[in-house]
Amino acid sequence: MNQLLEVDNLKINLETQSGTVQAVRGVSLKLAPKQILAVVGESGSGKSMTVKGILKLLPKTGGIVGGKILFEGKDITDYSVKQMRSINGSEMSMIFQDPMTSLNPTMTIGKQISEVLREHTKMNAKQRRARAVELLNLVGISYPEKRYSQYPHQLSGGMRQRVVIAIALACNPKVLIADEPTTALDVTIQAQILDLMRSLQEKFGTAIILITHNLGVVANIAQNVSVMYGGMIVESGTVEEIFYDAKHPYTLGLLASIPNVDEKDKELNIIPGTPPDLIDPPKGCPFSSRCPRAMEVCHQYAPEKTMVSGTHWLSCWLMDPRADKQHGGDRA
Amino acid sequence: MNRYILKRLVYLAVTLLVITTLTFFLMHSLPGTPFDEDKISRLSAAQQQQIYASYGLDKPLYIQFFRYLTNMFKGDFGTSTLYLGMPVSRIVLNRILPSALIGFQAVLFGVVIGLVLGIIAAYRHNTSMDYMTMIISVLGISIPNFVVAALLQYFLGFKLGWFPVAYWESYANSILPSLALSFGVIAQIARFIRTEMLSVLQQDYILMAQSKGLSPAKILVKHALRNSILPVVTILGSIVVNLLTGSLAVESIYSVPGIGSLFVDTIKANDYSTILGLTVFYSAFYVVVILIIDILYCLIDPRIRLASAKE
Repeated sequence: MNQLLEVDNLKINLETQSGTVQAVRGVSLKLAPKQILAVVGESGSGKSMTVKGILKLLPKTGGIVGGKILFEGKDITDYSVKQMRSINGSEMSMIFQDPMTSLNPTMTIGKQISEVLREHTKMNAKQRRARAVELLNLVGISYPEKRYSQYPHQLSGGMRQRVVIAIALACNPKVLIADEPTTALDVTIQAQILDLMRSLQEKFGTAIILITHNLGVVANIAQNVSVMYGGMIVESGTVEEIFYDAKHPYTLGLLASIPNVDEKDKELNIIPGTPPDLIDPPKGCPFSSRCPRAMEVCHQYAPEKTMVSGTHWLSCWLMDPRADKQHGGDRA
Repeated sequence: MNRYILKRLVYLAVTLLVITTLTFFLMHSLPGTPFDEDKISRLSAAQQQQIYASYGLDKPLYIQFFRYLTNMFKGDFGTSTLYLGMPVSRIVLNRILPSALIGFQAVLFGVVIGLVLGIIAAYRHNTSMDYMTMIISVLGISIPNFVVAALLQYFLGFKLGWFPVAYWESYANSILPSLALSFGVIAQIARFIRTEMLSVLQQDYILMAQSKGLSPAKILVKHALRNSILPVVTILGSIVVNLLTGSLAVESIYSVPGIGSLFVDTIKANDYSTILGLTVFYSAFYVVVILIIDILYCLIDPRIRLASAKE
């Protein structure tokens, strides 16, 4: 299939006081038009850095040190921040994690929406206003005319995230990147926002990269899932493949840690240990130190990519035919 | 909003009344009279009595006080005893103009340059521009303005001859004193805006603005500046009052007939009515500036609500 956005072996480093953090260590993603791709992983796994790298929104201390980013076949890896300005907000846009802080507190809602229209379209002030009100209506905000001239602090968290979505969709982007769009919201509001995103996706066919640390969120919305750990993608596949045929011990650990309402007295499943230090990343598989089925080789050498099907692949030594089956490398 | 301003104006009147009262009685508790002790002791008791009576100083203090208040409401602040026969309001007006002009120019220049320097320093954080601004800022705060005034006077005035060295004859006379006073303003403003802007630039809404594809200039002006300017407005209040009401040191260096020197002269001479007039003027000015700043707050940051503006 023709890919809309293709990330190949992307590497991003961040300079910090204590050393260079290899935040992203060779991430490859493929996003087809109209597709929803979920990138799942815990804090510090490099999810946010990957998408910030795509949009050139990295902090000044960070930079892309390797790999390729293709958008509609164009190589945008080395685009300057200035070159990206024509793409950001119009072709690709982003929804941030915390709606309480991602809107400018001293600017009206309407102005924050029409600002992006002003940057990327030839609309006049009147048209921009009409479009902004239309967008507010579209994302399910009541009294859009009144909200247009209100400030962010006059809106609830859920409403603000709707406004952020309205801004992101203002110019009908081809790719929408949502960085944990529901993490900062109440559970009930989370569901509403996800529903909204899905219905807008169906309506406009915007491709979405949904970043989340919550696998539960993914099942209902995404078609494809990439699981990230330690700055790498450890397993990737369709939603069905990840939920019913996951093979990587980390993915299995994540799936096992989704709380089950039927077993409310049971203790929650956790993956013991902490993520690896990315200033001095492990030589072998990043998950080896926490992996319940780790073998000697896992600590020493990074596993190769193994294709399970045309869409499902993972990087794990357990997939190697030489792996000790007693470790449960092949459960089938 | 209007009700709030009205309420504040009432407070303003009360504040001024309290200040006037305090100043009046404190001033009269100082030793001495407005008159030259040597000369007045040579007059006869009757002559002395006559002079006191002509200024109303023979009456008991509380009567003098109420007379002063009633006259004040009529807009009459009495006549000076130092500058014989001159109405206080005219003296203050004459002397405030040079001070206000110098102060206004210093504030304007200082705020503009300070903002520009501070914004550049924050935007180019940890670069030579940033370090340079911080050095200017430390120097501006630690070097007293009269030192700057003397240096400017010597180099730009005397050596290069670009500006008049002293006196108050034409507009050109106001340039050096304004420059001298603006250094401190530049330093303070640059420091405040830099600190505040550094934290604002870390905010999510700045990243959001970048993700909209806005230019760095638009992001700085439309998103970062308004959110970082509040602390600057706060200190601007005292800066404006300090500068517009004159600086004794800088005024004396440039021989500017400003209000700073007037205050000192009148206090030395026990010129009751002029001291009182000046105090009332200073206080009124200060309270009005504070009111304006409170209103500015609300205009800048919509999250700040005036006390009575709740709906």
